[in-house]
Amino acid sequence: MALDGQKTAYKYIGTTPNRPDGLDKVTGRARYGADISVPGMLHGAVVRSPHAHAKIVKIDATKALAMEGVKAVITRADFPEGLEGEDWDLQENCMAGEKALYDGHAVAAVAATTPLLARDAAKAIEVTYEILPHVTDVDEAMKEGAPVIREGAADFSVPEGMHPNVVRYFDSGRGDLDKGFAEADLIIERSFTTEAAHQGYIEPHACLGQMGADGRGELWVCTQGHWFMRRMSTAVLGIETTNIRVTPSEIGGGFGGKTTIFIEPLSLALSRKAGGKPVKMVMSRNEVLRATGPTASASMDVKMGMTKDGRITAAHGTFRMQGGAFAGAPVDVTTMLAFANYDIEHVHHIGYDVITNRPRQAAYRAPGAPMAAFATESVIDELCRELGLDPIDTRLKNAAKEGTRATFGPKYGPIGFVETLEAAKAHPNYSEPLGPNQGRGVASGYWMNWGGETSASVAISEDGSVTVSVGTPDIGGSRASMALMAAEAFGIPYENVRVNISDTGALGVNEPTHGSRATYASGLATIRAAEECIGKMCKRAADKWGIDPEAVVWEDGCAKPSGPNAGEFPPMTIAEIAGEMGGTGGPISGHYEDSPAGFSGSFGTHVVDVEVDPETGRTTILRYLVVQDAGKAIHPAYVEGQFQGGAAQGIGWALNEEYVYGPDGRLQNPVFLDYRVPVASDLPMIDTVIVEVPNPGHPYGVRGVGETGITPPLPAVANAVRDATGKRICKLPLRPSRVLAAIQGKEV
Amino acid sequence: MNYHSPSSFEEASAIAAGASGTTRFLAGGTDVLVQLRADIVTPDDLIDIKHIPGVKEISRTEDGGWRIGVAVAGAEMTECADLCADWPGLVEGMDLIGSTQVQGRATLVGNLCNGSPAADSVPGMIAAGCTVTVTGPEGSREVAVEDIPTGPGKTALAKGQLITGVTIPARGENGGDAYLRFIPRTEMDIAVVGCAVNLRLDGDTVSEARVSLGAVAPKALLVEEAAKAIIGTTLDDAALDALAAAASAACNPIDDKRGTIEFRTHVAGVLAKRAAKIAYARAKGESA
Repeated sequence: MALDGQKTAYKYIGTTPNRPDGLDKVTGRARYGADISVPGMLHGAVVRSPHAHAKIVKIDATKALAMEGVKAVITRADFPEGLEGEDWDLQENCMAGEKALYDGHAVAAVAATTPLLARDAAKAIEVTYEILPHVTDVDEAMKEGAPVIREGAADFSVPEGMHPNVVRYFDSGRGDLDKGFAEADLIIERSFTTEAAHQGYIEPHACLGQMGADGRGELWVCTQGHWFMRRMSTAVLGIETTNIRVTPSEIGGGFGGKTTIFIEPLSLALSRKAGGKPVKMVMSRNEVLRATGPTASASMDVKMGMTKDGRITAAHGTFRMQGGAFAGAPVDVTTMLAFANYDIEHVHHIGYDVITNRPRQAAYRAPGAPMAAFATESVIDELCRELGLDPIDTRLKNAAKEGTRATFGPKYGPIGFVETLEAAKAHPNYSEPLGPNQGRGVASGYWMNWGGETSASVAISEDGSVTVSVGTPDIGGSRASMALMAAEAFGIPYENVRVNISDTGALGVNEPTHGSRATYASGLATIRAAEECIGKMCKRAADKWGIDPEAVVWEDGCAKPSGPNAGEFPPMTIAEIAGEMGGTGGPISGHYEDSPAGFSGSFGTHVVDVEVDPETGRTTILRYLVVQDAGKAIHPAYVEGQFQGGAAQGIGWALNEEYVYGPDGRLQNPVFLDYRVPVASDLPMIDTVIVEVPNPGHPYGVRGVGETGITPPLPAVANAVRDATGKRICKLPLRPSRVLAAIQGKEV
Repeated sequence: MNYHSPSSFEEASAIAAGASGTTRFLAGGTDVLVQLRADIVTPDDLIDIKHIPGVKEISRTEDGGWRIGVAVAGAEMTECADLCADWPGLVEGMDLIGSTQVQGRATLVGNLCNGSPAADSVPGMIAAGCTVTVTGPEGSREVAVEDIPTGPGKTALAKGQLITGVTIPARGENGGDAYLRFIPRTEMDIAVVGCAVNLRLDGDTVSEARVSLGAVAPKALLVEEAAKAIIGTTLDDAALDALAAAASAACNPIDDKRGTIEFRTHVAGVLAKRAAKIAYARAKGESA
């Protein structure tokens, strides 16, 4: 019973039922990473480097091991040697080898019978360091004479003569820049910086690992992707992948930061050394901020040309990013997406991935895109101001459409950028009058989305209710979306569908919930697996009626003869078919696996009004509008939640969030008091408009919506502050001291 | 670590006087317990004073002032309507500390004795002219609030001494106070600059004033020059400018992750003006 083309009329899709995991989460019944406890369990603690860059001369655990109740101490010596590439990076980041590479880098770990004892034992481990010169700033790290983090870390792409800290180089473009800039009536070039920002998930990393001498074990963990967790943890421990079964807990936020490993292999290694006793590890907030992965910081130069009537003639961008002591800053994505919203003939991007003495960056919601948008959309705002053009009309004039060749290569299919701009322009927020010291900013953004390895199963229960098993942890309401898609496919009530997040033993490999892929890819697999079930149920009915299976259709949760010629039989409900299935051929289930390539990107346009206190430089967000293309909103309330969450995180990044390093290379603000994410009272209700330009690559038209929302806020807020104060500030965050200095005419 | 739960201040003082290592008094615990868990201060002796009779009471003094017990939580002050009517600025300073949960535990004396230059309740107490009773092995005496902090994390309290209560003066006629702090967010933050102004009017003219600044020096300041700038004025623009200049001139801040020297110095003047206007309006009986 394959669907012909795309559905357009829906019974369940587009409704907003309560999420299935909601009651558990509001009553405290949901089990998060730190909620898992088992008999005989030990507690782990990590010894972390207080130095930004230091040779590890000696680790003496004698005193710790002499404490009663201390069961195991591990160092890098407990991990296999000889790893290469990404696996070596992962191992080196989880446990330092010859050098500590950043403040917070793990150098040893201990397991003991209580959490307090483990902490005390960690303090009793004596580490002798030889402090080395350090560098934490991307521009400084590229300069001649900057401390070398690691020789030989650069790959083939880096041109000769660069500092060894430059580890990857990207260069792409098309057209003739000179020709393009010659066509421009105005060319503006600016340099920008953004600071590292942390995902700021409320739940710290937590896990419980158990592994015996045979190298087999279990891991319960808070993660966005348990197959990634399994592959990475077993790789750094040098054991076969399937020897560890990984079960994901509920997850209190991830935003990309929980797609990699930190403490998990340590818990397994401690368990192995402690005779197979399970070892629980829970990070403190200090550890989360110092030692997990914030996003990269960036230093960028963007030059764009425009004609008097608002056509962008050429664009050039140079992007330098540091992502800590390892290759991986998402500058490749930055170069890809820097100008991707626009139809530009002459374009050129250069990117440098630079290593520094900071924690290894991890994915953070649209990794690499917000920084690029800050630079590009700020320059476009300046061009519009100078030329007296409306920022939305100008974007409309240059907007990428279906058939436009993207600045990163391929032609766009059906996309909704124009629709977001039109909806933003028509929204009342865009014409709301502004008072003194108030300003309005507009910016757009894009995320290309992702498909990824996906495996899902659907099984019919004896009473006709349905179990959906997916491998993508539910970080933003995806269980509700899966249940709605299954309900729609089967034609049964939402309440009759239960969605499980299966462990690594129950399904094929699944990529994490990342890349805005879960609702798209696991949703697609759920629908296809449901269709397989429907086909089987039609066959059961056909067999019972003694007619050809092709003469049976599935409608409203029932098998029916396809027409008068097929025969006169009363419809069989899913419950009737399920009730008999033991005797009609056995259990009924469907399965689907793919790396679906029909994903399609989501464009967004944001409009923000701010008021800036001219005496203190403090910015207040007055109004905020998110307009974004969802393809088809499966659960509109959770789509809006994604829009609002992305905007909130972007506003934080724009206004106050930043990693502050002291001259000693230590992180100065590893606490939420001083790492200032917005609190609820900092933000107005964020208005949303859902644009729906269906994605032809999904049965119901879904586009991922999770990431685009964090891309426009950085430039939107900066453009609004420019409008309110008359000052263009090219450095984020727009903390009050910086804005006040700009207002006072000082260089910032 | 030894935990003590004395039943009198004299007993608490004796325990502290006889202790040999690091000693902390525990009331609300919003600093002490956090510092303990974060490995910042691990006391050898923890002396819990919140079970001493009377420590949770808010009472009137004979001259119409107020006496606040050492274990009275911020939320209890905020819910005391008469106290809020007399000293809205002082209560606001206390109320700005932490979350609703913290307000259920945090105390004035704890905020004072933690010794933070940025303590939100301290400028309001100084501006109001509050005193505290210090009890020690040599007996008890009254000390002005501004004389308690001596530097970041440090107080004038000697070994065996503890504060046993806060006295707020009588409000009297035609008075008003206000406290403002600057933070980058709207709540859940620590003052980058704090300023309290307390004044009394004779007609439209300021007859008495006290101005206190927080987070701009190693300890909260009583800025007499700033008070002089507005005494005898009707808080006209010239007086406000003089106030701002005096406030900024008194600053001796540090550059840190929360703010720069330049920024703190400038904003101290801005807040002084704004707080003075609110205090003035309150003294006139206008809502502000």
